[in-house]
Amino acid sequence: MIREKLKQALEHLFPAGEAVPPAIVAEGEEPAEKTPREAVIETDYATCGYHLDIKTPPEQLIEVVSLIDQNDFFIESITGVDWIEEGEIEVVYDFSRYDFDLCRVVVRTRTDRDNAALPTITGVYAGANWHERETAEFFGINFIGHPHLVNLLLPEDSDIHPLRKDFKP
Amino acid sequence: MNQPVELQPDETFVLNVGPQHPATHGVLRVKMEMNGEYIVHAETVVGYIHRMHEKMGEVKPYPQFLMNLSRLDYLGAMGYSHCHALCVEKAAGIEVPKRAEYIRVLMVELNRVSSHLVWLGAFIMDLGGFTPLLYTFQAREHILDMMERITGARLTYCYIRFGGVSRDIDDQFIQSARDFMPYMRKELIKYHKLITGNIIFKKRMVGMGHISPEMCRKYGASSGVARGAGINFDVRRNEPYSVYPELEFEVPVYDGCDNMSRYMVRMEEIEQSLRIVEHALDQLPDGPVMPKKAPKIIKPPAGDYYQATETARGTFGVRLVSDGSQTPYRMKLRSPTYSNMHLFDEACRGLMIMDAMAMMGTLDLVIPEIDR
Repeated sequence: MIREKLKQALEHLFPAGEAVPPAIVAEGEEPAEKTPREAVIETDYATCGYHLDIKTPPEQLIEVVSLIDQNDFFIESITGVDWIEEGEIEVVYDFSRYDFDLCRVVVRTRTDRDNAALPTITGVYAGANWHERETAEFFGINFIGHPHLVNLLLPEDSDIHPLRKDFKP
Repeated sequence: MNQPVELQPDETFVLNVGPQHPATHGVLRVKMEMNGEYIVHAETVVGYIHRMHEKMGEVKPYPQFLMNLSRLDYLGAMGYSHCHALCVEKAAGIEVPKRAEYIRVLMVELNRVSSHLVWLGAFIMDLGGFTPLLYTFQAREHILDMMERITGARLTYCYIRFGGVSRDIDDQFIQSARDFMPYMRKELIKYHKLITGNIIFKKRMVGMGHISPEMCRKYGASSGVARGAGINFDVRRNEPYSVYPELEFEVPVYDGCDNMSRYMVRMEEIEQSLRIVEHALDQLPDGPVMPKKAPKIIKPPAGDYYQATETARGTFGVRLVSDGSQTPYRMKLRSPTYSNMHLFDEACRGLMIMDAMAMMGTLDLVIPEIDR
């Protein structure tokens, strides 16, 4: 099973990764303090639609994505979520596989809201190019090392970030 | 004065295709750096019809966002609504009656056939053949009429609701759908006679527009692009959802990696969709099309949910981040053509411009769906 194989390999990357509560918090409950910066969580596919939820610090992002690439995953999408109350932007990378060994992997990394910057993964997945450009313009994130980080969907001369929660048109 | 411009042997020039060009099927612009007749480098410029659907998803309550989904891909809109409804139902824990799920699949598959028919007609027109467009639009008209009677719209449906569908199908619909099957199969034979064997067509298709499986993986391609490169991948079967596990169909796969393979995959998909429709009609259970206690206010528990489905154009995904309120915290729409089109920049290098246009046709583009 690719899921176990990948999980083991990833846990090898995060040696201090201890057991953590699941990502989906039960109704009415507050999430316990701050979410851990690095973790590999097996999630319930039937309730949330993916198998592995990986939290990684930005420094280890490329390492994690390369590992996923070596296991023949294809890139599905990249997007962001603005957690304005915590002052952070979460960038979410989705990966899946073409074969029947179904395994959907979500990689999450967080960056500071005021000075948002992350390493690019275009070196690993060429198809991340447009996804990163879109995330960059919508959330105002600088993907360091991106070959062509200009606006994709928004007008080329605009510098608004519409998906930030404090965006006023 | 009027001296002709002479280029040095290695000198390139930039050719601008679009934003308004018949072969780009909408407002899409490609900046092509040309060396004579050959493309050295291409840069696709998208975003001309960007409407920020994802922001609309964040400010509207769940039911109000339903109609936005059919404005993404105006040819295969039903599949997109289906995915969104499945994702919200999964998050909010809404049960869907069996009959409603069957009707959804029926409509999605009929819509897929109509979408593929437009692709076929428009694609052959890109290659210079005008006749097939008239035939395919004639056949498509039957589907649109059928669906219009039930859903109330010809293209931008708002038929799929949370918990079921807005209206039950009747005997007249079932009869017209059954009558349509033999008609469409005959039409398909006609298309194959008219197009597939044509020698001019073959010369532009076989071995042209190479897209390798590795490239598909790096860019996340799906639908005919991936299946035309020998990748046996269809969300309906690899990651079963809805009632697809109960229905019989095959996934056509060709490993030529060229235009012809992608063309053949889509042609066979029409046949398979007909098969699904026929089978679903046979198995159609009785019962309600909405649950008795359909919730009026949708409040999924806080969390992060993902749902992918196979639409006419490939893998469509909805990521829903809920904070437990009536409006989503984040609604991400992963569109299939976005990834398929991204691949074009790399795949068209070294091709002649005519062949690049033929390849663009096989990607089955719908621009509003890229721009969202």
